[in-house]
Amino acid sequence: MTAALWSAGVAVGLALLSAVLSLFAAWAPRVLRLVAMPLFGLAGLASLAAGVTALIQGGVATGELPMGLPWLPWRIRLDALSGLFLCVIGVVSFAVGLYGPGYVRRFERGRDPVQALGGFAGLFLAGMLLVVLADDAFLFMVAWELMSLSSYFLVAFHHDNAANRRAAFLYLLMAHIGGLAILLGFGVLASFGGGFAFDAMRGAQLPFLWSSVAFVLAFAGFGMKAGLVPLHAWLPEAHPAAPSHISALMSGVMLKVAVYGFIRVLFDLIGQFHWQWGVAVLVIGSVSALMGVLYALMQHDLKRLLAYHSVENIGIIFIGLGLAILFTGSGHAALAAVAFVAALYHCVNHALFKGLLFLGAGAILHSANERDLESMGGLLRRMPWTGLFFLTGCISISALPPFNGFVSEWLTFQAALQAWQLDSGVLRSIVPIAAAMLALTGALAAACFVKVYGVAFLGQARSRHVRHARPVPLSMRTGQGVLAVLCLLLGVLPTTFVGLLNEVPRQVLGQGLSQATAHGWLWLTPVSPETASYGAPLVAFALFAAVGLGLWLFGRGIRRVRRCDAWDCGFAPPTPGMQYTATAFAQPIRRVFSLLFLIDEAVGRQEDGQLRHRLQVSDRAWGILYLPVARAVEKAARQVVRLQSGNVRIYLGWSLATLVVLLWVIA
Amino acid sequence: MSASSWVLALLQALLYVALAPLLTGWVRKAKARLQNRRGAPVLQPYRELYKLFAKEARMAHTASVLFRAAPYIVFIALWLAASAVPLLTTGLPTAAIADVIVIAGLLALARFFLALAGMDVGTAFGGMGASREMFVSALAEPAMLMAVFTLAMTAHSTNLASVVEYQLLSHNVLRPSYMFALAGLVLVAVAETGRIPVDNPATHLELTMIHEAMILEYSGRHLALMEWAAQLKLLLYGTLLANVFFPWGIAQDTGPVALCLGLAAVSTKLALLGVALALSETVLTKMRLFRVPAFLDLALLLALLGLLSHVILEVGA
Repeated sequence: MTAALWSAGVAVGLALLSAVLSLFAAWAPRVLRLVAMPLFGLAGLASLAAGVTALIQGGVATGELPMGLPWLPWRIRLDALSGLFLCVIGVVSFAVGLYGPGYVRRFERGRDPVQALGGFAGLFLAGMLLVVLADDAFLFMVAWELMSLSSYFLVAFHHDNAANRRAAFLYLLMAHIGGLAILLGFGVLASFGGGFAFDAMRGAQLPFLWSSVAFVLAFAGFGMKAGLVPLHAWLPEAHPAAPSHISALMSGVMLKVAVYGFIRVLFDLIGQFHWQWGVAVLVIGSVSALMGVLYALMQHDLKRLLAYHSVENIGIIFIGLGLAILFTGSGHAALAAVAFVAALYHCVNHALFKGLLFLGAGAILHSANERDLESMGGLLRRMPWTGLFFLTGCISISALPPFNGFVSEWLTFQAALQAWQLDSGVLRSIVPIAAAMLALTGALAAACFVKVYGVAFLGQARSRHVRHARPVPLSMRTGQGVLAVLCLLLGVLPTTFVGLLNEVPRQVLGQGLSQATAHGWLWLTPVSPETASYGAPLVAFALFAAVGLGLWLFGRGIRRVRRCDAWDCGFAPPTPGMQYTATAFAQPIRRVFSLLFLIDEAVGRQEDGQLRHRLQVSDRAWGILYLPVARAVEKAARQVVRLQSGNVRIYLGWSLATLVVLLWVIA
Repeated sequence: MSASSWVLALLQALLYVALAPLLTGWVRKAKARLQNRRGAPVLQPYRELYKLFAKEARMAHTASVLFRAAPYIVFIALWLAASAVPLLTTGLPTAAIADVIVIAGLLALARFFLALAGMDVGTAFGGMGASREMFVSALAEPAMLMAVFTLAMTAHSTNLASVVEYQLLSHNVLRPSYMFALAGLVLVAVAETGRIPVDNPATHLELTMIHEAMILEYSGRHLALMEWAAQLKLLLYGTLLANVFFPWGIAQDTGPVALCLGLAAVSTKLALLGVALALSETVLTKMRLFRVPAFLDLALLLALLGLLSHVILEVGA
């Protein structure tokens, strides 16, 4: 285990080295591509190695950094939970390290400072690694802020666009409100535990009221960072604004770090489980999943759409966590382990496919300079490899067998189906309703990705620059390919990966899945072999073998298939403009769920005499939560302005009064 | 599980493929008789498939690789899904490979590629069909899952063979949850297999079609595979309804006598279901697209009521 800790240390060191060396890119922009990005990938690889070792060996390793305050040195700790999240961070960072050299080339001739891109990316990675490794609240908060601040600069990278500056500011604001809630949560734990070290907090005995306060603070703080509804509105603004490989890291990995924080604080530090908390997490998770996918369906900016899907997937993860809390709180530890493993599996899966999809969106941006689905079309023929990898990502995120997204959703359903074992009738009926929302979410996600893939990669190009898109360089294809292969592997060999993950519930909940591989590696049987089994390798084998055989038998005439004009019911040959657009595709769903959106639709005559259709679908969270808060802050600020008279004597008077009051409080 | 049971599983899967056109032919015949027509012979779908396989397949200039691969993927995914539903006997290993959630997943995989194939050529009708199909299925899929979850929770297993065996053992106790689940699943089956009142399999009227709009550009063997896949889906839903809710006669071992009895039983049940479908298609008219959500919301509501009545009334009792 010490080897794993050293490896994790090397990962942090490499990330920092990548950040420092990026500074030289100010003089020679090549440095970013030739030195900083490969180092970034190596840091990912070292982190992956550390994580996998920690998961295989089990056990716990601790260390102390020669930094921090004299009475509070920075402590680090590597257990199975940290190990799993090191894997998540590592694998996506590795893929980004492969992908980056091709992608950042386009910035070399631009006006934006490339040294900032490389430097903050390195710091960002180091921050995330340290959050996962931290063993006291002090280091945790420092690393958390390092992560938030460096990613702020990455969101603001294209700062010449006013919308990006606004998104970055919003991001900074929300990150700090969230950070404040987390800090207060740690404060509650520290005051009962008698210290900022996690060990002290673990030993604390909190009464229900105070542990609930700590839970609510942690849930709000980490949930805000993870993008749970209704606090999500900043996420689809900020994540797409960054360069695509950073978006992949933010959506794929940073959200997982927030999930890690929540698991660490609730499952490990607070260590109490009340079913009321489980219900709260379950409800918020279900609502996030459904709202996330519905808003994603309404988007036609590819990166914004993917960001909304992050809200959905975080919701699915929290459904799993909520079930785990609920089951533990009502004394069903074995079932809690199933739900917990489902949530963790989905964490890994979401990192893989969301990373893959953002890298794919970056590839389209790179070769066609387009983010808007309404201008795309026919890209499969222009960039076949990206098309194949993107299709893998689409199938995975839509939770279709035999890819990885399906496995975690299957596990979540299996956990939810054990609700009959609960004693309370209310809980027994809440869980199936959450399962119904999860089913609806999955079906809508499939609809959304049919829309994305059908509009972007199939059909005919809707604009000239998309028609002339070029395939992306090899490095970018490799980066996507690694993630695509992993998506398939995690879908086909779930028993292997569940076996690896099993160490986490064993350490955190004190109970793992005892039956998961009862019938061998071919059969995934999370609860028991009688209850449910999924022979993922067999399904995948049958599917690929039969489709391959069919294509071989009948497809030999491939050259003989004659081409002709499209039939289209015998109308005139279709033009690209006659295709269904992304907005048109989602119209039936928009109409049915119209109450949930803020729709501004109008048909009006423009000045040039032409009729124009205008449609704007916006997020209700703005009007319900964000704007009232912003207005209240402004109003409060206007009240404070009254103090500001410009007279120095009055200011001195206020200072003196404050001092007296403070002295009185202390004395 | 012995080798012989795997051979039987393969035979059952082949039986699905062989029987699928027959059910479609039977429904068409029954419908024709109900409408005072003589109708085509029951074996007509086989002849149509033979004809299409013999014909040349043509593709639009704008069609991509996906267009060519999609018929195979759709057909195989549906076939795999079907072969996990017990047809003659519950003693086969296929039900353990794929439980009901995997079956739903495979159906979704087939639908995913069907819709993508519809959008591939880049015609207006293809996109329209894909959009509507995904819209209808997005509302139907949760209802289907809720209905089968009711059964799975009762039987404490998502394995369909176990569900059927549990049903046989419980001696057909009339549970309210089953009635709700059955009603919900019937509505879902009608929507998912594209029958009236949601979609009309016989129409080529441009603006009303859903399934036909997606396969509009297919011809030859590709079209044959797509048609066959649709027939397979009808048989799958029919068997699901027949064997899970009315499991009488299904074999619980793999003896030849029991298997023959099972075949006779399931044929009778499917024939009756086919007549019921023909009857409902004769008396009902196709709905407007935006009436479909109300229809499917009813399905979801029924399925959810089934699940809730199970967890509230039946578990505690």
